[in-house]
Amino acid sequence: MSGYLAGILALFSINLLLAYAVFLPAAAGMLNLGAAGFMAIGAYVSAYLDVEYGLPLPLCLLAGTAASTVMGCLIAFPILRTRGVYMVLATLAFGEIVAGLLINMEAVGGAAGYPVTSFIDMPAIAALAACGVLLVVYILSTRFGLAMRSIHDDEQATALFGIHVRRVKVLAFTIGAGFAGLAGALYGHHYNYIEVANFNLMLSTYTLLYVLIGGTQTAFGPLVGAAIFSLLPEVLRGSEQWRFVIFAVLIIAVMALRPEGVVTRHGLARLFGRKREAG
Amino acid sequence: MADLLTLDGVSKSFGGLKVIQDFSLSVAPGSRIGLIGPNGAGKTTVFNLITGVYPVTAGRILMGGEDITRLPDWRRARHGMARSFQNIRLMPHLSAVENIMLGQHLRARRWWDQMAPLGLMPRNRWKRDAVAALEAAGLARYADALVYNLPYGVQKRLELVRAAVAGARLLMLDEPAAGLNPTEREELLAHIEGLTSGGTALLVVEHEMGFVRRLCERVVVLNFGQKIAEGRPEEVQRDPQVLEAYLGTGAATGAAADAA
Repeated sequence: MSGYLAGILALFSINLLLAYAVFLPAAAGMLNLGAAGFMAIGAYVSAYLDVEYGLPLPLCLLAGTAASTVMGCLIAFPILRTRGVYMVLATLAFGEIVAGLLINMEAVGGAAGYPVTSFIDMPAIAALAACGVLLVVYILSTRFGLAMRSIHDDEQATALFGIHVRRVKVLAFTIGAGFAGLAGALYGHHYNYIEVANFNLMLSTYTLLYVLIGGTQTAFGPLVGAAIFSLLPEVLRGSEQWRFVIFAVLIIAVMALRPEGVVTRHGLARLFGRKREAG
Repeated sequence: MADLLTLDGVSKSFGGLKVIQDFSLSVAPGSRIGLIGPNGAGKTTVFNLITGVYPVTAGRILMGGEDITRLPDWRRARHGMARSFQNIRLMPHLSAVENIMLGQHLRARRWWDQMAPLGLMPRNRWKRDAVAALEAAGLARYADALVYNLPYGVQKRLELVRAAVAGARLLMLDEPAAGLNPTEREELLAHIEGLTSGGTALLVVEHEMGFVRRLCERVVVLNFGQKIAEGRPEEVQRDPQVLEAYLGTGAATGAAADAA
């Protein structure tokens, strides 16, 4: 495999994990514009333990994931009091606060960035991303996943069937934060250098955008969304000036033609016949 | 026997607007009670107060002898109540069978029921149970269809099945017969009678008096948020206050004379 292709696959895998970080809350009707903040927490915790304490790489990844998961759970409670556009703003603020704190933290290089020692190669990243996909498919197939999708459609009616809506939302948000942390940790160890600018608002925005474009009804939506956003700029690389124009036109076309995302349950049912159970 | 559900002097105001005033109601286990009244009388609000969509302004609500007045909606459901909605509130992006499986939640609260990958096990017992409930309602062929594609009458029946599979002690139906034709209404009547034959109490909001008379042993009449009559359907139908509420002032004397 060429280095170029491996590089793209690694980026795609990291984007995919980040996509699921946004997808899990989105599938339960929550918009998270702070994915980059959780990603930064995972990246910096993992990198710090690696550089300062020389912990084994798997332990660093685990700690990074755990740190962002815990942070996700902690901020889920205040953030989930808001909804709709207010929740978007609250999560956005969270991402900015994380960036603001990190850039002033000299222990991890501050604005100068932070070199990371241990390296993780593409196959391991891709394998972890594949596990992530399987985990999301599993989650969506359980009653918990059913509750998430019900909340997306009608929160009040879901509660009237005895489902503790807030608990489901906090869990979906928290697991999503864990995915972002893992994505961040992998990012740091793959590129061996992180700085706050890697985890900016633009990244959160793009991720939310491609999750929504992929579709939030099935676990396959983010897969398609992440693929489009990771691979398309490369495919269009030949026409340097025009590629962003073409990219923009494609996004607008998707919004106009498939407002519920590229992958919908209705679409899957038509593609595979009525019998299919979408994940 | 002790009451299953008791509303004790329940009131609800939205700002200065008194929607429900000093409303009391008791539902015995296994009984079938109709809640009727003109449009805007507050029937659906009573449902919303019982199920916890809104908190009450005053009064108490007891379920099986326990005070549930301050409990959130999801906890009240766990006391054994399930409902349908006047305006259909199925989950449009879920299939019919998934909507029914949502209704099973009250019976599936153990952690392994929550964690089992039901979507990946095509023949799991919950899905079989849901499909059987659909079959009993004559809706089996819609099992895998996404709900937003289905016709109104089918959606209306699906809501009833979803509420019924909860295995609740109290089934609350909000205008189950609205928009159905006479044939569909007969089927619905038979269906509801089947669902409540096992001792489930029924509280039903309905406009169509013929339907209520055949289904319910007792009727409570609401007007402007107050109870104006209660009794057996045929008694209530002759009550002057009820006739006035439905037909207007002055109508009562004439209609009562007709009835006599």
